[in-house]
Amino acid sequence: MFNRLTATLLASTMLAGAAWAETTVTAVMHSGLRVLDPIMTTAHITRNHAYMIYDVLIAQDSDFQPQPQMADWEVSEDQQTYTFTLRDGLVFHDGEPVTAADAVASLQRWAQNDAGGQVVMDRTESLEATDDKTITWVLKEPFAPMLDVLSKQSALPPFIMPARVAETPADEAITDYTGSGPFIFVQEEFQPGISVTYAKNPDYVPRDEPADWMAGGKVVNVDQVKWVNMPDIQTAVNALSGGEIDYIEQMQVDLVPLLEGDPNVAVEVREPTGMQTMVRTNFLHPPFDDPKIRQAALKAISQEPVLAAMIGNPEFYQICGAVLGCGTPLGSETGAETLVQGGGADEARALLEEAGYDGTPVVLMAPTDMVALATQPVVVSQALREVGFTVDMQPMDWQTLVTRRASQGAPADGGWNIFITNWMVPEISNPISNPMLNGRGDDAWFGWPTDETIEALKEEYIAAADADAQKEVAEKIQAHTLENVLLVPLGQYTLPQARRTAITDMIDSPVPVFWNMQKAE
Amino acid sequence: MIGYILRRILAVIPVMLLVAVFVFALLRLTPGDPAAIIAGDMATPAQLERIREAMGLNQPLHVQFVTWVGQLLRGDLGTSLISNTPVTSMIGARIGPTLSIAVLTILMSVALAVPMGVIAAWKHRSGADYTVMAFSVLGFSVPVFVIGYVFILIFSLKLGWFPVQGFTPISRGIGPFLYNAFLPALTLTTIYVALIARMTRANMLEVLGEDYIRTARAKGAPERTVLFRHALKNAAVPILTVIGTGFALLIGGVVVTETVFNIPGIGRLTVDAILARDYPVIQAMILLTSFLYVLVNLVIDLSYTFFDPRIRY
Repeated sequence: MFNRLTATLLASTMLAGAAWAETTVTAVMHSGLRVLDPIMTTAHITRNHAYMIYDVLIAQDSDFQPQPQMADWEVSEDQQTYTFTLRDGLVFHDGEPVTAADAVASLQRWAQNDAGGQVVMDRTESLEATDDKTITWVLKEPFAPMLDVLSKQSALPPFIMPARVAETPADEAITDYTGSGPFIFVQEEFQPGISVTYAKNPDYVPRDEPADWMAGGKVVNVDQVKWVNMPDIQTAVNALSGGEIDYIEQMQVDLVPLLEGDPNVAVEVREPTGMQTMVRTNFLHPPFDDPKIRQAALKAISQEPVLAAMIGNPEFYQICGAVLGCGTPLGSETGAETLVQGGGADEARALLEEAGYDGTPVVLMAPTDMVALATQPVVVSQALREVGFTVDMQPMDWQTLVTRRASQGAPADGGWNIFITNWMVPEISNPISNPMLNGRGDDAWFGWPTDETIEALKEEYIAAADADAQKEVAEKIQAHTLENVLLVPLGQYTLPQARRTAITDMIDSPVPVFWNMQKAE
Repeated sequence: MIGYILRRILAVIPVMLLVAVFVFALLRLTPGDPAAIIAGDMATPAQLERIREAMGLNQPLHVQFVTWVGQLLRGDLGTSLISNTPVTSMIGARIGPTLSIAVLTILMSVALAVPMGVIAAWKHRSGADYTVMAFSVLGFSVPVFVIGYVFILIFSLKLGWFPVQGFTPISRGIGPFLYNAFLPALTLTTIYVALIARMTRANMLEVLGEDYIRTARAKGAPERTVLFRHALKNAAVPILTVIGTGFALLIGGVVVTETVFNIPGIGRLTVDAILARDYPVIQAMILLTSFLYVLVNLVIDLSYTFFDPRIRY
């Protein structure tokens, strides 16, 4: 009787499902999509959404090198004029051709919100569409990282939108989601924070080169991709085991054993560089207004116990003292010896004594509702206490933390001394876009360091003629950053992904992409 | 009667006004910044300030309150600060799953719990009574997420009878709806069965000791008539209250069950809005929940007259 009922229910469900597209990939992403404007937010889920429906002029490959995507480029001999030529066959989802005017309007909106874009615009003489396919960008002076800034794959990539959309003020969210990317946003099926559906763009013409990170041909082999948000990762794991979904973007490491041994599921690391976790101190208030005390904090901390508590399985973390990330072209570990090897406690105690630390309590904000940030404060607090700091670890939710970190008041009056956050390595791998390396006081990122040396070193980096010269400057930036303790890197980690084995040919990339992949029936 | 109903409905207005003021004040006193959620972690303080300005979050609180109340009076619940979607349509999309699972849960709970409670009282201090009581204690004590995971393990992963997660609206057919909704409803039913069965048993025990029950039995009325027509009807008023408040609780959102079974309901909408400090959504949800409570209580009060003709309004 019960089996008959189940069979009836199953049959009617299958009938209902028959109205779906032929091949649908259902993916559980790291969070729900709520904000749809990729120029207004640096949220990764919105960036991932934007890579589905928009395209970019140039894109980064796995060697962190810029490659043509919508456009090829030429640089004048004086290195001041960049000419981008749009390739043939570029069409928006509404059927209108992509023109240079669309690209110029998009770049202008992007540059208002992106730190790298603002740096480029400060050096821009003119940016204009010289004809339907040509964008001419004239600089006041040579700017070697120009193509790196335009091709970066995170926070914020310059996505190309129709000019009518890009004319929206940069602090107002767009309401028209027409792109020219390999997928089309299905607006009527969008449920903020719950699910979003993308249909294959039948008019998209991919490049001929093979896909490589964000560069190369974006060949779509499935009819539809559906992102479903599951706040409980255990539910996602169960759904993957049961064949109800095809892919989980970020697994919790402690749940990996649940999927081991399932022949229909593969668990793997597909994000080659991963995330950096790090400490930020407040430069405005004692005790961390004193560089010696910041140095003492850096010497007190060893990465191994932090990463062991946070991730547990060494397969998924990497001890790394590089401010610009390990596995990146500019990564260097100069000055991070105690962080990576431990053993800095005695030096930390000596520095505290030398600085005359008077036991001023250090207010450490500890978010309790973010799994990726919950353990580091506990380990860091203990490490600081062991060398003589008085630590006041204050648990709070992430929203309270983001409000409080904006306060420049004294820690006793609602301010703070320390918090910990995580970054994707590619987005901190360049000194121009790394927010921690902004030394402009009140205009800097939370913590507000005033550091003329780092600003001068960044100018030196911008003026560097070639990759070798840039690497040389990056080495100096690393040394100075750890000497002045603009941040304390706590190491890198990668969260594994999981997929049904029916999904194949996914490309390795820091941004999860759904082109190139195949789904076996 | 009609005058009473009108008076009760009119009484909703000051209640809702108080709730509105309280919610607005509470939210603005809680630390949090929707602009930070929108802009993301890499945004500079200057960028955040621009977004706050554009969203009107920098306006004085009384101006924000007057704007919001003005919108409410026009029937406009506002627009989500985060997703830029009208709150009415967000609630519209989420109320269906919550309401349909609440109705299914209450139907299943009443169908199981009332007979269980009646039998437990009828066979007082017997094996049946102790079994019902043991089930009640267990159903009420085990956390709902544990019950949910156990059901998923048995019925979805081992037996493959039901899906692990998801929701299909009833508009796509009763079969697909039940296929998705049965396990979450069953999970919630374990709690409500425990609650309603205990309440039914306690009230039935009290009524079964009354003189008119002895009289009915002495007249030779069949036991079924004694139990269901004489006893249960007289024991119904407190049972109805429990069912009614249980239903209101279910409509307010059962966030743990919605999370475990990935149901896009009201509970998750509210929690997500709170975590993101999406003020218009939180305000609308609390107002809606308060209104539903007032409404359900009114319906319960009116239903008393059906079961107990002595009650008059």
